[in-house]
Amino acid sequence: MEKIKVKICVGTSCFVMGAAQIQTLEFNAPADIADKIEILEERCMNLCKELHTKYNRGPFVRVNEELIEEATYEKVVAKIREVLQKQSCK
Amino acid sequence: MLIPKNNANLMRTKILIKLVESYLHDKFDNADRIPLDLRPKEGASSRCCVYKDRAVLKYRCMAGLGHCPEEETDELISLREYGKQALERTHAAKNKLSVIDIACSACIKSQYVITDVCRGCFAQPCRLNCPKEAISIINGRAHIDPEKCVNCGKCYEVCPYHSVVKIPVPCEEACPVGAITKDEKGKEHIDTEKCISCGKCLASCPFGAIVERSQIIDVLREIKETDHRVVAMLAPAILGQFPGSVNNLVGALKQVGFSDVIEVAVGADITTQKEAAEFVERMEQGQNFMTTSCCPAYFRAAQVHMPEVAPHVSSTKTPMYYTAELVKKEDPGCIAVFVGPCLAKRAEAEYDPNVDYVLTFEELGAILVASGINVDECPEEPFSKVSHAQGRQFPVTGGVAGAVASLVGDKVEIRPEKIDGLTKESIKLLKRYAAKGSENNMLEVMCCEGGCVSGPGCIALSKKAARAVDAYAQTGEQLTPDTKIG
Ligand code: SF4
Ligand code: SF4
Ligand code: FES
Repeated sequence: MEKIKVKICVGTSCFVMGAAQIQTLEFNAPADIADKIEILEERCMNLCKELHTKYNRGPFVRVNEELIEEATYEKVVAKIREVLQKQSCK
Repeated sequence: MLIPKNNANLMRTKILIKLVESYLHDKFDNADRIPLDLRPKEGASSRCCVYKDRAVLKYRCMAGLGHCPEEETDELISLREYGKQALERTHAAKNKLSVIDIACSACIKSQYVITDVCRGCFAQPCRLNCPKEAISIINGRAHIDPEKCVNCGKCYEVCPYHSVVKIPVPCEEACPVGAITKDEKGKEHIDTEKCISCGKCLASCPFGAIVERSQIIDVLREIKETDHRVVAMLAPAILGQFPGSVNNLVGALKQVGFSDVIEVAVGADITTQKEAAEFVERMEQGQNFMTTSCCPAYFRAAQVHMPEVAPHVSSTKTPMYYTAELVKKEDPGCIAVFVGPCLAKRAEAEYDPNVDYVLTFEELGAILVASGINVDECPEEPFSKVSHAQGRQFPVTGGVAGAVASLVGDKVEIRPEKIDGLTKESIKLLKRYAAKGSENNMLEVMCCEGGCVSGPGCIALSKKAARAVDAYAQTGEQLTPDTKIG
């Protein structure tokens, strides 16, 4: 099965706002998802630059193509599980 | 815990960003909105209600502005006012960690609780072993009277069913030197005489109740409102803390307004040379062992809590010291700002006339975010002085001892040992070495487990940062005892 792509924005704004902590997924992902994900880094998704959202909504993470705003480790893990569940229903 | 930084720590980053933004935007005219922005009415609250959250946030903002929440005299003084006061300061306020009393949830006083697993057994070893008669049997089950309990843990040890649980107080557990304790109301207080400013309590509190005075506004004021040249001295743990190369970061710092950027790894090279020479001298005198001196939290712990270890601590100065000395020699009128992973450096800087301010990587990050600077996109600029492999490897555990060992040569045998993290246990170990002698003769002591890459002011994960530090050290040239530095 194709791995779920987890793209973590590591532009300065997202990185400082907490993306760095989400990278824990690279080392310590929960056992049920660890081998089903591929962690990628993206240098500034340019979302922090839009005036109405700005950094306030960061850090940004994409799970496959779905965008997570104000991402936290928990939120990302929950989203990955959700996607996995959907895949297994198919 | 899975993630090194808890949500309360991440909130501190946001607070700092908001404060910088508020300063850049209108010099704090609207600073009183910050707690409202961070805890809007519609949002969830993390304490009893958003109003309490905001009250706590106000105190955390005060700390960000360099004030100490404990020194509040009038609750009506606004953040705007505190901001203006911050801009009137011309020297850093004295370093101090303090507890926001309304935020401290007064974690459980009696740390031992008997759970439902208790069988109310006939033998009752818990009751018999309790030195304070704090345990009684109620409805066939043991109970601890929190008024009598002294947290000795005897009941915990003896229950054959493991029905007693220990509930730690995170800050007290984290503090290696017993500097933070409860008052009669159950709130925590820090004894400044005992505190070594390591920041472990601050990182561990799940309520974000422990704060430390920031100097972020002082530095911005120096840059924006004075004609001083402000020089950033980047600690070697900087590698991996921001996206992009370290030379992009130099470019970014110039954009912020720093006039020059120098690596503290250069000072670390000097520390390496002097410490290696000192080691040889001490061993030739027949001393049993020497310890490193570059970690200020450990240095202070040795002075205050381990007087028997203190004579073994190297008298070589820290990388920050030598770097600042170089900077001030070249440009006596400049303002020298150490930027690092460390809270204890703030305390060290108070005794170093050459260091004017100390920022953490997190604070630097807040300045970059609030200024809309993406490090990656900044032009690469070189450091004005080049560091060597030895100095670059300081921030990872084993790095300092390794650097020193590489310069000792074959005059004396060097047997290095890492004391990776200052804890109650490692303090005991060091005391034992001082009393009974140590097999190894070069002890590297780092207060933060993993080295400075795990310091409380870091942004990146220590594992990733350590890799970046190693890679950078690989590209450095080898230092020799007579390499001329600076
Ligand atoms: S010594 Fe460290 S953990 Fe203890 S109170 Fe001071 S800063 Fe906190
Ligand atoms: S190990 Fe490094 S970051 Fe931690 S207290 Fe010591 S000098 Fe500071
Ligand atoms: S840094 Fe993540 S969107 Fe710009």
